[in-house]
Amino acid sequence: MRNERTTEEVALGIRRRVFEHSMRNNGGYLSQACSAGEQLAWLYNEELKLGAPTLPMIPKPFEGVPSPSNPDYHTGAGYNGPATPEFDRLFIAPAHYALVAYATLIEVGRMAPEGLEMFNKDGSSVEMIGAEHSPGMEVHNGTLGIGLSTGAGLAYGRKRRGEAGRTWVFMSDGEVQEGQTWEAVQAAAHHGIDNLYAIMDVNDQQCDGAMSSVMEVGDIKTKFQNFGAACIEIDGHDLTAMRDAVKEKHDGKPLIILARTNPFHTMSILEERFPRLHYVRFKSEDERARMNVSIAADLGVEPVDYSH
Amino acid sequence: MVEMVSRPYAKAFESFAAGNPDILCLSADLTSSCEVDGFRDRHPDQFISLGMAEQNMMSFAGGLGLAGYRPFIHTFGVFMYRRPYDQLMASIAYPRRKVRLMGFLPGITTPGGMTHQSIEDISVMRSIPNMTILETGDATEVESICEAADSIDGPVWCRVLRGSVPRLFDTPIKVGEMRELSSGDDILVVTSGICTEEAMRARSALAKAGLSIRHLHLHTIKPFDSKALLDHIGSVKHGVITLENHVTEGGIGSLVAETMADAGVGKRLIRLGLKDTYAHGGSRPYLMRYYGLDALALVRGIEDLTGQQFGITENDLDSARVEDVHSLVKAEAL
Repeated sequence: MRNERTTEEVALGIRRRVFEHSMRNNGGYLSQACSAGEQLAWLYNEELKLGAPTLPMIPKPFEGVPSPSNPDYHTGAGYNGPATPEFDRLFIAPAHYALVAYATLIEVGRMAPEGLEMFNKDGSSVEMIGAEHSPGMEVHNGTLGIGLSTGAGLAYGRKRRGEAGRTWVFMSDGEVQEGQTWEAVQAAAHHGIDNLYAIMDVNDQQCDGAMSSVMEVGDIKTKFQNFGAACIEIDGHDLTAMRDAVKEKHDGKPLIILARTNPFHTMSILEERFPRLHYVRFKSEDERARMNVSIAADLGVEPVDYSH
Repeated sequence: MVEMVSRPYAKAFESFAAGNPDILCLSADLTSSCEVDGFRDRHPDQFISLGMAEQNMMSFAGGLGLAGYRPFIHTFGVFMYRRPYDQLMASIAYPRRKVRLMGFLPGITTPGGMTHQSIEDISVMRSIPNMTILETGDATEVESICEAADSIDGPVWCRVLRGSVPRLFDTPIKVGEMRELSSGDDILVVTSGICTEEAMRARSALAKAGLSIRHLHLHTIKPFDSKALLDHIGSVKHGVITLENHVTEGGIGSLVAETMADAGVGKRLIRLGLKDTYAHGGSRPYLMRYYGLDALALVRGIEDLTGQQFGITENDLDSARVEDVHSLVKAEAL
């Protein structure tokens, strides 16, 4: 169920949906759509080998947390298809990219557009910070740094069972400030977990602002390589580079693709909000109106009628 | 004289796990200290060394659980919940992964001091939804802990004794039950872990003093059979005393207190254990005496509960086991 549309079209569709949603709700994770649009579009539209969704197109409401008294509990992973040996798995490690990830599910036909209307509504499973039970999610990643370790464990287990499917982790560059990320890389390298893949949105931004002002992380490509991973750095808006990067040989090593991105890509007016891009809440009606017109023009759509 | 069993976990884990393809042995650089070095050497295909990196180890184990494995994590208990608490919560407890957390050196069973002594782990684990808690008190329980833990559909916290361990019981752990070691009707004594042996040491002296003790040993702390405990409390005249190798806040003392309060039981309760204090480094007998976790502390507690003095001294208690802290079987050295 891929390649019905080009990946460029999917990336544009993701941004249009996140834009429209953010306008209607007076804010949202706009910048993450700018930086990660191509990466998530590429994963879902081209690279990941996924089966047909096993969960309803319109997400069910929240049905309780895992507990012995909730035997029907399931995660939201069914939007990525069945967890059978031949298929790939994907974790969204920075769970605050959920809005962008949900928009991606819609664009590739794995969730109905109504799903986004449930975003961050009480009683909904389409949570603001993607939870295990949210569409497309399989584990809780809301605390940054745990995604790659979990992916490494799953990949090790799948390799041990001889499964062909790969384990992918979508990461954000802020996670390299967490020690656990480096623990995960050294463990994956030590155990030769080469069916583990990560693509990291390197947008140089974190909640407090530019990473260089919050905590300088230096040359992370060299650091990843020194910790034992195969690591390749690309322009994260260049799909051809992405397609080439994944062909990198990495026998006995996890492959980490650093996708260098622009946090204002396709929404140039967001630069006004630099360095506070983590969650863009409009400061005034005037700002909301100006951004509406400007971003709509950038994305080739009509401004959003959010007045009702 | 009580039978001492050398390294019961080593043999028990190997016989339980070897050849079971879904069980993996994880270790964080404390492999011989947790008695799984022989398993590592003889079954390297089931052993995963994860180094001194517990945060990764917990999430990695969660990923293995997602792949259908049942990882047994081996390290000192304290290293499995203090630093990697977030990972324990998000990667193991919440999703109910079948991860078996084998926590060695519970409480003051190590001379390693504050950094090595898990004195509040039961309190922490009791407050984690989906967690099961088991604690071993003798060699038979250590020998049966793997099977008991692996019977649980979810994560399990185990307090495991190592080295030279006394054999007090002749039946394995039956998850969810409690052991009734004596059936008196004056006072109910509730103990767990290494404190059970202490209470047994005081038994004959208390009997000579004319006291009829009902003694329960808890190996299953969560889930807990409140009704069984309430029946026992209803069978004694005076009240209840608990003794644990743990702080008195959140451990079995709290468990008994909550059970009594929930049911409106009006009897007195005395909780013995570490009283809102850290411990320091020293031998187990020294620490148990210093912090009031031993048989004599229990006798003094019972005197408080009954308002009587029995004149019992150390000499009246059954002889304490002599332990060589630095012997080979009890390799306290890291």
